[in-house]
Formats: sequence, C-alpha cells, structure tokens
Amino acid sequence: MSPHTDILHTLNSPEPSSDIEISFAGVDKAWGDNHVLRGLDFEVKAGEKVSIIGPSGSGKTTILRILMTLETPDVGLVTVGGDTLWNVKPGEKARETKQTIATRRKVGMVFQQFNLFPHMTVLENVIEAPIHVLGLSKKDATERAVDLLELVGLKEHMKHTPPELSGGQQQRVAIARALAMRPRVMLFDEPTSALDPELIGEVLNVIRRLATTTDMTMLLVTHEMRFAQEISDRVVMFDKGVVVEAGPPDQIFKSPEHDRTRKFLEAVNPY
Amino acid sequence: MNVWDNEFAISIMPALLKGFWLTIQITFVSFAISLAVGLLVAIVRFLKIPVVSKLFDFYVSFVRGTPLLVQAYIAFFVLPLWGMGFDALPTGIVVLGINYSAYCAEVYRSGIEQVPTGQWEASRALSLPPARTWFRIVVPQAVRPIVPVMGNYLIMMFKDSAILSSITILELMGTSLQIGGNYYMYLEPMTIAGLLYLAISFPSSLLIRRLERRLVPAY
Repeated sequence: MSPHTDILHTLNSPEPSSDIEISFAGVDKAWGDNHVLRGLDFEVKAGEKVSIIGPSGSGKTTILRILMTLETPDVGLVTVGGDTLWNVKPGEKARETKQTIATRRKVGMVFQQFNLFPHMTVLENVIEAPIHVLGLSKKDATERAVDLLELVGLKEHMKHTPPELSGGQQQRVAIARALAMRPRVMLFDEPTSALDPELIGEVLNVIRRLATTTDMTMLLVTHEMRFAQEISDRVVMFDKGVVVEAGPPDQIFKSPEHDRTRKFLEAVNPY
Repeated sequence: MNVWDNEFAISIMPALLKGFWLTIQITFVSFAISLAVGLLVAIVRFLKIPVVSKLFDFYVSFVRGTPLLVQAYIAFFVLPLWGMGFDALPTGIVVLGINYSAYCAEVYRSGIEQVPTGQWEASRALSLPPARTWFRIVVPQAVRPIVPVMGNYLIMMFKDSAILSSITILELMGTSLQIGGNYYMYLEPMTIAGLLYLAISFPSSLLIRRLERRLVPAY
C-alpha cells in the first residue's frame, strides 16, 4: 500500500453526492460583441473527469471561472452539487448571495500562472485557508498540509517561498493548496501551459494520481491532448461558445463526428 | 569684525538639541498617523463604495490642494473659534499626519495596483474573507515596492515639520527663530539648525537609495 493512500482517501466524499455535480443551464456570457458562452447547457456527473478542449478564446476557461465565481454569467443557472451557484434571469444582473459563497467552497481551482502567495512559505500557502476559512487549528491544518505536500512530492520544500521553486514545483504546491480545502470539484485551468516542457510531466503525474484514485469531480481545460485522452471519462470539444461535441476520449480523438473537431485536432497534432 | 560667534553658538546648543529631539518625535508620530490613515483612505477609495469613496477622493484632493501652512493655521487659530481648540503640539502632529496621509494614500494605491490580479483570484478561489485578503495577501505585497517612496516622504515630513514653528511649537525651527529673535542673532541658530536637519536627512536618503535597489525588483 502506498504511503499516500490515507491522504488520498480523505479527499473522497463521505457520502456520494447527487448524481449531477455540475450543471450549466442556458448560460450566456459576453464581453461586448464577443459572445464566449451562448446558451450553454452542460452537465458533469459526480466523480466524472472531464477534459475541455478547443481553440483559444472559445470560452473554455470562462466555464471554469464562472464555477470559481471569478466571473458572473450574464444569464443562466449554474449549480454545484445540487446547490445554486448562480441564478441570473434575463434582464437581471448576477448577484453574489450567501448561497453563492457557501456553494463556492465545494470548488477548488488550479491556475495557469499558479498564483501562489509569493511572500509566504509553501506551508503557509497551504494552511492559510484551512485555518481562516474552515476554522482548523494550526496543528490540524499543518498536519493536513504536510500530508498533501508529501503527496505532491514537496514536503522537503515546506519552508521555502514560491520564488525559490521551479514552475513545476510551484504548480504542485498550488494543487496541494487547493486540495487542502477538500473541494468536491477540482478545476484545472491549463495547468501546464506556463511550464517549461521538461517540468510538465511532474505536474501531470500529480493530476493523473488524483484522477485515478479519488472520487472528486474534475474539470480540466488543457492543450495536452494525449493526457486528456488518457485520464478523462469524457472529452468536450468547445468552440465559439457552444459544445461542438462530447463523448468518450477514444471517440473524440479517433473518430470525431464534427468537422470542426477534426480540424482542431489536426491543427494541434499535425503529425 | 567676527561674524560667527563661537561662544554664542555653544551656549545655544542645549536649547537647539532639545528642539531637534522634539522635531524627531513629531516626525515619527505624524508619520505613523499618515501611514495608518493613508492606508485606510487608499483601501476605501479602491473599494469604490458609493458616496464614501467619493468623499475620500475629495479628502485627498482637498488636502493635497491646500498648503500645509494654511492647514496648520486653520487647525490652530480658526478651529478654536468653533470650539475645537487643542494644544499646539497635538494639533501640529495631527495636521502634519493628515497632510501626509493624502500623499501616502496615493502611494499605497500605486502599490495596491501593482499586486497581480492572480493574487486576488487565488484568495477568492480559497474563499478567504475580504479583510484577510487585504491584510495578509494584498497589503504585504503592495508595501514592498513602495517602501523607498515612503522613506522619501518620511524625510520630506521631517523637514516640513519646520512649518509647525508657525503655530508656536518650539521644535528645532521654532527654537532657532526664538533664539534669533531674542538676541537679534540669526546666523548661528539658523546655520546649526540647517546642519542638524542635514545630519539626519542626508544619510537617510543614502539609506533609502540602497533600500530601493534591494526592495523594488521583488519576486
């Protein structure tokens, strides 16, 4: 048995939540004339690992940012674990309610640029929110953080600050920091796009581990097609604000139904 | 004829040093006020709260748009007419602190704006409460690059405190003026006062230049 089994187990849900973990219904989002989401209907089952692929600027990241409440939908209903995150009726403006804030806690996010707190040590980064949001004691938060840092292979860097680490190491700390909040849903927004090629593998290994051994729902926006194919239960091809097609990875990558998907895959994978 | 009277210069030294010590104390207390008030003003303006933030915008424009000397006169000679009279020293310290708080608020703002958006987003993604986000995440990062600018303001304030002599405070400048007036000899007290100001401000500015090199290219 691997020494990490215990900490991985704590990431699992004590009781299986509702069948549908994430739901978008009729969600619009536009900046001026730029419609990044057009009446999006999209569901993710509890525990499902979904990769979102598609050209840049197609609205993939916006889906994650709305789930993390970093953006508001113009119109539409978004729920997480059956609880309303956003409910914006036509002609109204999105309002952040107590419900929004409570529901958001089920969601964790890993950013393209890591966004670690550079003036705090690795350990302080990971224990900050568990102490000040979940109300854990410093001792409990530290225990949890040390286990998670061990899981991502950075226990020995606990006392360092982010600027002293490589990009790959920083991203692994960022994953540990998000996991420390025990989210039910993990969002990965192009987690390896800002990394040097030789550092991508170490980050993907951690994500793969989470995908194969936990029952967290995972949503991954990525340009790493081979990785998406490997770890996903379902791949969603997204373009111009709508889902072009969705299905099991083998189907999407080997026999896509739509021309747009085929062209996109040829463009990112010319060989 | 001897222009410089050495014996006179030595005899006035104790009084001048006493005033000098008061100048230093005034500077530090006033600076603490301007750092605290300035941060509050900067945060409220940044939050864009309806009405309140506009009031703070006006506060900054008003304070920056009127001379310190006028503010000191109003606080010490005019406010008592409205029943708000205080001793010269606390009045002077508060006026100086308030005056510089408006400048500090602008400096804080530039520091806050330099904190990357990703820091706010990460705080939000972790559900950190707003106060915690401000004081644990944003302010520590905002302060670092502005330390040298704040240091320069500290030196300017140290020199500007001389204006408080006009509201009867016997700090270094006030003491020099009093000695000059009593003996009709201004050369010695003013020269010594100038040198005492310089003795602090010159090394301090060198120190700040070194700090600048260490702090600004952060992270």
